[in-house]
Amino acid sequence: MAILVTPDTKVMCQGFTGRAATFHCARMLSYGTKLVAGVVPGKGGRSHLDLPVFDTVAAAKEATGAAASLIFVPPEHAAAAMIEGIEAELDLLVCVTERIPVLDMVRVRQALNGSKTRLIGPNSQGILAPGIGQLGVMSTVDARPGRIGIASRSASLTSEVVLQTTTAGLGQSTTVGVGGDPVHGLSLSAAVELFLDDPATDGIIVIGEIGGNEEEEVAALLQTRQAAKPIVALVAGRHAPPERRMGHAGALTTGGRGSAAHKIAALETAGVIVARDASRVGQTMREALAR
Amino acid sequence: MDLHEHQAKRLLAAYGLPVPIGEVATSVDRAGQAARRLGCSEFVVKAQVLAGDRKAGGGIRFASTPAEVEDAARKLLGSRLVTRQTGARGADVSAVHVEERITVARNLYVAITLDKLSGTIVMLASAKGGDDIEERAADGDTIIARLPLRIEGTRIVGNFEAFAARIAGEERLAAGLATVLGNLAAAFLGCDATLIEINPLAVTDRGRLCALDAKVTIDDNALFRRADLADLKTHNVDVAADASEREAQSFQINYMKLEGEIGCVVNGAGLALATHDLVVDAGGRPANFMDIRTTASSLDIAKGLGLLLQNRSVRSLLVNVHGGGMQRCDTIAEGIGIAMRRAGRSLPIVIRMAGNNARFAETVLRNNGVVYTSVDDMAEAARIAVEAARQEAA
Repeated sequence: MAILVTPDTKVMCQGFTGRAATFHCARMLSYGTKLVAGVVPGKGGRSHLDLPVFDTVAAAKEATGAAASLIFVPPEHAAAAMIEGIEAELDLLVCVTERIPVLDMVRVRQALNGSKTRLIGPNSQGILAPGIGQLGVMSTVDARPGRIGIASRSASLTSEVVLQTTTAGLGQSTTVGVGGDPVHGLSLSAAVELFLDDPATDGIIVIGEIGGNEEEEVAALLQTRQAAKPIVALVAGRHAPPERRMGHAGALTTGGRGSAAHKIAALETAGVIVARDASRVGQTMREALAR
Repeated sequence: MDLHEHQAKRLLAAYGLPVPIGEVATSVDRAGQAARRLGCSEFVVKAQVLAGDRKAGGGIRFASTPAEVEDAARKLLGSRLVTRQTGARGADVSAVHVEERITVARNLYVAITLDKLSGTIVMLASAKGGDDIEERAADGDTIIARLPLRIEGTRIVGNFEAFAARIAGEERLAAGLATVLGNLAAAFLGCDATLIEINPLAVTDRGRLCALDAKVTIDDNALFRRADLADLKTHNVDVAADASEREAQSFQINYMKLEGEIGCVVNGAGLALATHDLVVDAGGRPANFMDIRTTASSLDIAKGLGLLLQNRSVRSLLVNVHGGGMQRCDTIAEGIGIAMRRAGRSLPIVIRMAGNNARFAETVLRNNGVVYTSVDDMAEAARIAVEAARQEAA
């Protein structure tokens, strides 16, 4: 089993008939994902990739029972698409779209508050549960069913760590990309919490990078919850040159957090094994599991 | 996109925020003319660069006459200003803002920005503003008050009156401050800003509020619906970016030039950061940061690599590519092939490819006549690239 998706998860795709959506939906179908419908306003009643197209999320949910949606809507309409999914009370939204105005995401977060919906992304590669299904745009060639959960801020490093965990003979239970935008849905620490509660996950790999304070939140979570499984983290950008800054508000909101050194120290204090070498993450997890 | 102070002040004035009278000038003569038109008794001449802490860096100068304004402009224009916020490279000063010098009774701090983790808009304010606010906040000397805000329809709502009363201390000032805060919120939403910081927000000797400085950052992702601001984009060149960095953007490549010898070719920001770490750990210095976006074609990649190969400090190339669902290894291999044919120079190339179409990419490289060392492990690849650069230099 996996987190967030099961073999029975029925999925719709918002923005279904676009070029990128068509390409990735075809791949998802061939991977065995239960994609059952598409949503494109004004194109209801048509058929695409042999699947029915609906005008609204509510209509697609009503007709097919799909409770998850993969969103491929262009940035100027993506927030409205997410809010439509939240108002239709879907369980899960995965938004791939890049370059959404951040104040639109503030509105989406307000809509998520108190709703039953979980949002992954935006600017996320999505969720992959090897052998079960794929809601996203990641490559699946190196993925194998296994018992390692990967919670990540970086799509490229997720591909890398998927390969490493497969090479190490471990495989993956689920990989989740929380998305690269400053304001997004599911946090890195919420993803880690799902893996902590997942009986099918024996070890958790957290992929972080400089900026923001999500890794610090993971550390804070692990201070309050003793982890019964090994957690290995990679924090990319240890040697990155400092960025130019505008004013003081950024530092004042995060309390000076955000550097790789600060994140690594927080994670190690919380009992996380931090891999310094990005090429040894899978190996580090294998050694941790053998202990 | 960051705005220059003079642009920020004009923008804020349009939202009813009080700013000093002033004019921007790009030459010494024009600075003098501006001073004569303004006719103030005291002036401030401020270097227009996109970073803070200008005062400590010598970028703010005071003057009493138009002739002194010209002297100050002469010292600033064409100089390179280094402050704690510019990075070591500093920022070129191509314009100054000549403005009225305000007599200050006390300085406040106000800002509106995003609290990324909670996904909310937050207003920050302090009864004591100034350049050293971060240090004072860290030491616990200065309290930064926070007001979380909500978007409702086309407005940002929050209890600005109560918040202003907390900061102002005195009743007379509180009413004016509440108006300023309300206008600040309106400007934030109206401009799709991610940051507006007024530091200091001065209380003048006459008890009026005045924004002595303003830092505004506009969300690039929202420029499609802010046509008036999008026009500024062409003028507001990133202080740190050189021409090749801006050119790379048009090839779907995030590229940042650095001081080292190892040219790095990577797809994905996270993998690029990790590759940078591996090169430094191996004792090398990256010549650049490169993140080839998923939308880049092989021709884009060839042009981006061309920029890197023009840099004569580059002594070896490290290619670390992980083919994903959207960007396959063979596309990047083709780009490398084209770039090397055009480059007119040969240098050691170490290539590590994994993921989608990694094996096919090796065939593409060979068919293009690229001579390279193939390595499976990326840490090993970094070590070999660093060693190759060392031998080239010797």
